[in-house]
Amino acid sequence: MKIAVCIKRVPDMDLRFAIGAGGKALDPVGLKFDIADFDGYAVEAGLRLVESHGSGEVVVVSIGPTAVQETLRKALGMGAHRAIHLDAAEVPFDGMSIATALAAELKEGGYDLVLFGRMATDSANQTVGPMAAHLMGLPCVTAISKLDIANGRGTAERQLEGATETMEFPMPAVVTIDEGLGRPRLPSLKGIMAAKKKPLEVKPAQLGAANLTVDVIAFPPDRPPGRIIGEGADAVPELIRLLQTEAKVL
Amino acid sequence: MDLPFYFGEEHLQVREMVREFARTEVAPVAKDLDRTSEFLWDNVAKMGPLGLLGVPWPEELGGAGMDQLSYYIVLHELAKVDASHALTVSAHTNLGTSPIVDFGTQAQRERYVPLLASGKVLGGFGLTEPGAGSDAGGTATTAVDKGDHYVLNGSKVFITHAGVGEIFSVTARTSPGPGHRGITSFIVTKDSVDLDRCRTLGVGHAEELPKTKGLRAGKKEDKMGWRSSDTRELILEDAIVPKENVLGTVGEGFVNFLKTLDAGRIGIAAVSLGIAEGAYGEALRYASVRKQFGQAIANFQGISFQLADMATEIQAGTHLLYHAAWLKQNGKPFKQEAAMAKLYCSELAMRVTTKAVQVFGGYGYTTDYPVERMMRDAKVCEIGEGTSEIQRIVIARNILASLEA
Repeated sequence: MKIAVCIKRVPDMDLRFAIGAGGKALDPVGLKFDIADFDGYAVEAGLRLVESHGSGEVVVVSIGPTAVQETLRKALGMGAHRAIHLDAAEVPFDGMSIATALAAELKEGGYDLVLFGRMATDSANQTVGPMAAHLMGLPCVTAISKLDIANGRGTAERQLEGATETMEFPMPAVVTIDEGLGRPRLPSLKGIMAAKKKPLEVKPAQLGAANLTVDVIAFPPDRPPGRIIGEGADAVPELIRLLQTEAKVL
Repeated sequence: MDLPFYFGEEHLQVREMVREFARTEVAPVAKDLDRTSEFLWDNVAKMGPLGLLGVPWPEELGGAGMDQLSYYIVLHELAKVDASHALTVSAHTNLGTSPIVDFGTQAQRERYVPLLASGKVLGGFGLTEPGAGSDAGGTATTAVDKGDHYVLNGSKVFITHAGVGEIFSVTARTSPGPGHRGITSFIVTKDSVDLDRCRTLGVGHAEELPKTKGLRAGKKEDKMGWRSSDTRELILEDAIVPKENVLGTVGEGFVNFLKTLDAGRIGIAAVSLGIAEGAYGEALRYASVRKQFGQAIANFQGISFQLADMATEIQAGTHLLYHAAWLKQNGKPFKQEAAMAKLYCSELAMRVTTKAVQVFGGYGYTTDYPVERMMRDAKVCEIGEGTSEIQRIVIARNILASLEA
């Protein structure tokens, strides 16, 4: 089985970050970058599929400047077989531009499956996977939490609010991965050593036209400070009144 | 610090992986393991497949095939979160495995190292005795030549992994003392004391490994720190050790274990520095959120100057550590630098953890926060693998010798 996993290098959003001088992007100073959370799950899903089928290849693909090679090598350390770096000075915000470049690379690659994380943890657009599927003319199942492949067909589960949806699809297909499939493994030391010798191909990214641009990024306004309205049982009537009239949550 | 002078991309990848492992697998269990003094078997089972129990050994012997720097990075990163984990890796790798890698015959290496380097079983080193601590020349354990085997009698104390481990290098007198001549190293084996647990987990026990008759673990020490690391007496009672298990040259054991201890000092420096950085990180975060007199206590110079001192000294310790590690990695003499790194970083760990508890105030004295554990874990760094006093002797001898030359 031949599987492509598209991964994005994103800043760790748990750390403190600042908005850059132009107000259109994060200030890269002090940011720590890693593979996007759901993309890590997608790599894990690809590795498990190949392992359970006993043969095959996991190819990781990423778009961006040279720095994305670090992220690709991490995926190689986890066990991916080879990597493709689609070189671009920066990653456009427009998912269609990215999907165009990925489709150009993957369409004729003979992949049985193309996996994505269900969304990038920085931009949270959830567009690239479905758009790439459309451009390649392949079926697409999004945000799946379980995946089985048998006899050239795939079965996937999606978690809905209070229900589980199981669907079937023919291969080849594009699938975007939620976190249910299994936590991404850490690259072992042997994996890190082996990754140095695995092929990492660099090609120019054939990005499509970008029709979307970020106008401005702003932090949410500061929350107003809390208010102490009293103590003990005496304060309860006033608390309920405020929850009803002011906060309007009751 | 990224230390570009010492670290390549591969080192940063190792560091990243160990950080993630420490955050996801070590941090959630460190407090409970410390409280119960339970050995960290679950994480031993996870560290083996990641390569963390055989970092610097060649792949053909089951190791990860990485360099010495990577090994010290692993200790450093683990200790930031839990010293017992770091110490377990250190005692297993340097004390337990390196004597066989460095001084063993090809047959001994092929027999024992793959079991150790893969993390299948744990190893240890039996040097210290009730009457022989810093003065290893006082070794009283005897090994009597019986033709095709030796009979060993004696007791080793404070032996890391004496209970959970299965493969040990121990020292014994093959000719009468006192003094350093006539001490020989032997490879001895026993079953883990936690056989049921080992069988369930699939690590910690090698059924196929022949065990030394007459070798057993004594009582487990109830320690102030490093509580989830296993420390016990190791007892040799008419232990029958075949001659093929002599490690190195008969009578030359002392020279060899001094080399093992030199390398071990860099390891303890790494563990110490990790403890210091862990406590500093906790203090820094706490000081920036804890409010008194209407503001974060980090705004007060009484606190911020302490943080500044901690950060400065940690930076100094980092350079001492990785300089010593770099010398070792590049085959240069490192005895003095290793002693300096161990001395400085272990005393630094004590200073920083004490200050960190102070920054936390009353909360720091409770087990709700990790700094009290770090303070307890720090103390033994000034004692184990050569006390601070011994490090000063080593350094003083070296600098005085250079004067005489």
